[in-house]
Amino acid sequence: MKKTRVVLSFPPDLVEEPITYRLVKDYDLMVNILRATIDPGKQGTMVVELSGEENRISQAFNYLEKAGVNVEPLSREIQHLGERCTSCTACVPICPTGAFEVDRNSWHVSFDSEKCVACLSCLDVCIYRAIEVSLQ
Amino acid sequence: MSKKTIEEINAKIRSGTVAVFTAEEVIGLVREKGVKKAAREVDVVTTGTFSPMCSSGAFFNIKQPMEKMKFGGGWITLNGVPAYAGLAAADIYVGATAIPEGDPRNNNGRPGKFRYGGAHVIEELVAGKKVLLSAGAYGTDCYPRKSREQRIGFDDMNEAFLFNPRNCYQNYNVAVNLSDKPIYTYMGLLKPKLGNANYCSAGQLSPLLKDPFYRTIGVGTRVFLGGAQGYVAWNGTQHNPGAPRLENGTPRKGAGTLALIGNLKEMSPQWLRAVSYTGYGVSLSLAVGVPIPVIDEDMMRSVSLSDEDLVAPIVDYSRYYPTGEGEDQLGEVTYAQLRSGSIEFRNRKVPTGCFSSYAKAREVADHLKTLIRSGAFLPSQPVSPLPGAKEGLL
Repeated sequence: MKKTRVVLSFPPDLVEEPITYRLVKDYDLMVNILRATIDPGKQGTMVVELSGEENRISQAFNYLEKAGVNVEPLSREIQHLGERCTSCTACVPICPTGAFEVDRNSWHVSFDSEKCVACLSCLDVCIYRAIEVSLQ
Repeated sequence: MSKKTIEEINAKIRSGTVAVFTAEEVIGLVREKGVKKAAREVDVVTTGTFSPMCSSGAFFNIKQPMEKMKFGGGWITLNGVPAYAGLAAADIYVGATAIPEGDPRNNNGRPGKFRYGGAHVIEELVAGKKVLLSAGAYGTDCYPRKSREQRIGFDDMNEAFLFNPRNCYQNYNVAVNLSDKPIYTYMGLLKPKLGNANYCSAGQLSPLLKDPFYRTIGVGTRVFLGGAQGYVAWNGTQHNPGAPRLENGTPRKGAGTLALIGNLKEMSPQWLRAVSYTGYGVSLSLAVGVPIPVIDEDMMRSVSLSDEDLVAPIVDYSRYYPTGEGEDQLGEVTYAQLRSGSIEFRNRKVPTGCFSSYAKAREVADHLKTLIRSGAFLPSQPVSPLPGAKEGLL
């Protein structure tokens, strides 16, 4: 069993394809949708956690790429610029998954990209502009 | 009862025998040894804060070119940010919150991003960069020049000093949003229906909370400001010593404030940072550290108050703060509760966030401790007490 989080970007013509259904049915994957913006006629983005056999996950990635879906690892999305961060903690209550956390001994804020679902809520909250999104 | 004067303490600093602790360290010390013993052992306690302080800005005196020009009565911008030009020929003031007119960096849709303003100009100069000065004037017999455009840095200025009308608020609101829409405020993004609670104070490290009656902090007190040595110039604007207080003397809401002054040319970006509040504006975050001489046991007692002993009011920023309508205060919480990560309020667990960096406040207090121990920073006797302390209101 392997778990991985990826960002799937769909071109407009694929938005109506039952991609998630195929992942479940054909590759026996558990698909947990963490975030999705899908408007018919526009590009769609879906952040998903996939769980399943390792070889089935890589087969699924091949299928997705052939179908025209761009697959990127999730951690590439949000970047915490440590040298700009002052550990004020303003981002901490805003982050829905606890990816931004404060150590209550050192009072330093840290970012765990594994926990990040790239909801982008933190971007507008950081007054030091210490959070950036790297666009794919 | 043991008493010490600032002269005695400074003599100890010079002889290298001074005992300096941070405001955080003395909490444990007093718990362990008691106020009496601690007061004998401790000479100076260092406080610190690092937080946005909107009411900040800098005076610059720009060196004249051969053909002189009078900015006063004309207009001037630095990197497009308007500066105040209502003084003499070469003196200008740049406020931290000033923003360039119609700049796409600031207002690309609502909520605006406010990526550039006066605070950014100040930070860039402190970082050793140059900014573009543009100015226009009407021209006189003695100041004939009518326009000027030049890249300038600190070398092109005779003086550059920070002069902040209001810093170091003694206490501050905890901001919440009771409405059903998210709001963008100077206390950050407040999520609807009590989605979060934001506060802004260094609490047990904050300068004026540790000297609640302004017994040692007054006009002329030497402070650590943005990396340089600065001074308390006056009480800050909106200074309100008459605010309600707890039995331990600390105010239950915003009370005293300080007007601070210091040489900008000696400051550093480590201790001075421009900030951009989405949907609100530009501001300046500053490190301020104030040494508190332990002149007697009462001083030792107040300087050792901890986050459990300090409270802040919960205020609705969707209604009461902007309009003055509704309840002025929804409740009161201790800084210990705020720092735990959430507060219990109206039968809900509301997550808390802060705009004052406790990690940086600690760095400031530690740094000031090192400066005092090495003899590089001497605490000073105030020249005159702040209002409140002076009138015996407290």
